[in-house]
This record gives sequence, C-alpha cells and structure tokens, in this order.
Amino acid sequence: MLNSDSDRVDELLKEDTMKHLNRREFLKGAGSLIAAGALPVSLVKVALGAGSASENFSFAYISDSHITVPAKGTSVRNWDRGLIRAVAEANLLTPKPEFIIYGGDLAQLGKKEEIDLALELMAKVDTKVYYVMGEHDYYLDLGKHWESRLGPQWYSFDHKGIHFVILNSILTHDEWTHSKKWSTPMDRMLAMARLDNPSGSPFMVGEKQLEWLKKDLQKVSKDTPVIVCSHSPLQKIFKGWNFWTEDAEKVQNLLKPLNKVTVIYGHVHQIQYNQIGNISFHAVMATAWPWPYPQSYTQQPSYLPELTVQMNRADPFFERDATGWQFVNMRTGNVDMHYQLPHNQNRSVVFSAQAGKPVDTVYQPAEKRIQPQTHF
Amino acid sequence: MREAVMKIIQCMLSLIVIIVASLSMVSVARTDEFTKEDLKRWEQEFLTVVNEGDNLFHSGKLGGNTVSCDQCHPNASNTHPETYPKFQKQIGKVVTLLEMINWCIQNPLEGKTLAADDPKMTALQAYITFERRGVKLEPGKH
Repeated sequence: MLNSDSDRVDELLKEDTMKHLNRREFLKGAGSLIAAGALPVSLVKVALGAGSASENFSFAYISDSHITVPAKGTSVRNWDRGLIRAVAEANLLTPKPEFIIYGGDLAQLGKKEEIDLALELMAKVDTKVYYVMGEHDYYLDLGKHWESRLGPQWYSFDHKGIHFVILNSILTHDEWTHSKKWSTPMDRMLAMARLDNPSGSPFMVGEKQLEWLKKDLQKVSKDTPVIVCSHSPLQKIFKGWNFWTEDAEKVQNLLKPLNKVTVIYGHVHQIQYNQIGNISFHAVMATAWPWPYPQSYTQQPSYLPELTVQMNRADPFFERDATGWQFVNMRTGNVDMHYQLPHNQNRSVVFSAQAGKPVDTVYQPAEKRIQPQTHF
Repeated sequence: MREAVMKIIQCMLSLIVIIVASLSMVSVARTDEFTKEDLKRWEQEFLTVVNEGDNLFHSGKLGGNTVSCDQCHPNASNTHPETYPKFQKQIGKVVTLLEMINWCIQNPLEGKTLAADDPKMTALQAYITFERRGVKLEPGKH
C-alpha cells in the first residue's frame, strides 16, 4: 500500500513506466499496423492519487502536421502520411483516450484547402478533439477560417478535476502583422512560415489574452491541477527560430500561485522538457518532419533546457524518423508524457515527485543514461 | 680621427633608418598584393551567390511539391557540409555534399536533380557552407 501520490509516482518510475504503458497495452489489435512500422502518435495519461477530487485518465496529443496543398486537388504525400498514421494509431489505443488535443499547425500556409484537408484527416478520430492555433494556421487570414471551423482561438475547459487552458501564443506585434510592407496576406504568411526568417517577429500571448487568463485562473482553486496548451514554448529557448514566446514570463507569473501546472507546447518538432519553479514543460512531436536542436546552428547562441535528454539525429532516409505523436497519462495531477516514435525507441518523460521535475524513465539517471548521437 | 668616427656613426644611423623604413614597407606591400577594392568586389561576388543560394533554399521552387530545404534545415542546420565527402551508410558509398543536395531534391522535394555545374547547385553549396563557417573540416565524420 502506497502512502501518497508521490510515493506512487516514484514507485512507478522505478518499475519503469514504459513497461506498464507501452504500446502493447495501448495498441491491442494493432498488429498489422505495428508490423508496417510504428505510427507517429503520442498518448498522454493523467493520473491522480486516491482521495483526489480528480480521476486518472489518458488523452492523446497530435501536433504539427503542416498539411500542404500546392494546387487544388494536390497535397504533399509525406505530410499527409504522418497525420494519417497518427490518427490511425490514436484510434487503436486501449484504453481509449478521453479526448485528443491537437497542438497547432494543421496547415502549412493557412489556406482554406489546407485546413479543410487536415480537418478531413482529423475527422477520422473517433473522440473529441481540442485544437490549439499555430502560426501556420493564422497568418494568412488572421485565424478567420480556423475560427469558422473550430471556434474561439483561446478557451478553457475542465475534465475530471483538471483545468485545461488553451492559448493562442503565436500572436505578435500589431505593427508587424498589419505592416504596409505586406503587398498580400500571403506575403505575411510566407514570412512567418519561414522558421529562420531574420526579419520575423517574436511570438506573444498579448495583453488581451493575459487579462483573460488572469480572470480564468481566478475561478480555479490553487490545488486544482492546471494544464496549459500553447503552440510556442512558454519559455525562451532560441529566438532565431521562435522557440520562444516574448511574454513567456508574464504567463509564468500568472501560473506561479498554482500548485500543479504543466505547459504542453508544439512548434519545436522535437522532445524537450523542463521545470521552472512550479511549472513542468513538455514539447510534443510533429507528425510532419523533425527539427534539429538549436545548437546545430553554430552562428548564434541558444538555450535548450539542460534537463532535456535529446533525441538522436533524424535519419532522412526514413521519412517518419523523429516524427511522432504522444499519449499523456494524468497522474496526481501531473503529466506523464509518452512519446510514440516510429523509427526511434519510444520515450516516456514522467513527473517525479521526489525529483520535483519531469524525468526520462529510461535515459535520465546518469548511470543509466545512453548519450544520444552528438548533435553538430 | 674623431670626424671619421662621427661619419661612421652617421652612416650606421642612416642605414638603420633605411632598414626600418624598408621593413615597414615590406609589411605593407607584398608581391602580387590584392587591393582592398579587389577583396571587396570578390567578397560581394561571393555573397551575391550565397544570397541566391539562401533564396533558393527557402523558395519551395527547387522540387515538385513546394516543400523547401529550410523546412527541415533552418539556417541550413543538420546539413554538415564540413563532413563531406563521407561514407553515406544509406547509399553505401562515399558521396559529396552535391549528391546529398540532389538526394533531398529528388526525395522529400519530389523534384529533378541539378547538374554539378548548374549555377543553382553552386549557389546552394555556397549558402549551406557559409551558414557553417568557422566549423572545422572533418571529412568522413558521422
């Protein structure tokens, strides 16, 4: 009999959560698909201890599909396949995820046809989906088509005792968005779609949304676990590629009074995790393509969280390598993130109450750590 | 006698002045020295091609599906130009950077390869290598 939530978490960590929550458990009946190669999905399980007002449950997280429609009736096969595979895998999870969160960047250039095709592929998901706005969905028509299909750009909801907040963190200075230098909305979209654009503009949540967030959190008790989903990292890693949110500290300050907070973000197309004070951070994988870690660009300094054990370099000859999805187990109000990586060993990054931060269940302890390939 | 000594000293001093002067001249003018104007022009020529490569790399026009190089390689990162030629395990032989650029154009970009002397290929190599300036050459590295 375990005495507390944290005992249970660390006990599970010792037993290697991977063994409990591997795909054998979640993908019963998926034999043929597994034989064809692993699918890019991540499943998240939220677990809560006995006596808690909230229950344990799982949800899945799919992100960054960048569906591209070059001309009517065409699309980029590689990106389509990534999303199709993630959806197929998520549907096979047992137990069924209670819902799915989509982490942003359905489209590549914000076109109606792209958003519509992505949503058509997502329509095969047999559970409720909550959507986060990405910059690739936004900067053509400033989110109009996305909103007409999916609703408000930021909102919150409660599920089994956990408060979920969905933010639009990819806004930027009005002067940039409405600059006269854009001869067409597509010029603006292309400028923001280019990750390494030296004349880009930093992402931000903005005062209006911060004010909304402040009010939204006033309704939540300090003991209620809160999960914040954004597209960009609500921490500062590398400004050159917008692995960055300009007003991240302002969001963090609003989250400070809460006891259990997790931020989950997309955009970076790679495994990252961190702990800043009371806030745990997890990035999710892209279904489309992976990105190098920022230190691979040697001309500018970057700040990847030291806690993060990096992935291997992607092998371009296997187009799903270093892409994926995840499932989340909610446990004691904290997130256990299980990355489903088709061409890499799956990874589980689990909150350890003892360590007070997310740890990789396989790679984190120094004596057990297998260093990834050198990123250079 | 005294005058003779003074003359010798004067001669030596002027010799030293000449030597110092000629030494300092040596440090300015070398055989076939390039002028500042030359260097400036050549740098501009080079950077113009780097800039063309930068545009191509980000254009979505190299392949057949509008995908651009920077979608996977922002700032040309993870291209490792300093490690080529190297044994590319997936291809099973030693290849150059040029061959890898063509591999990317054919596969993720679903396009047609460029000739080795195509100015576009030169520009792409100029941009990729320039973004990696300062990193030591390590041909064959994995």
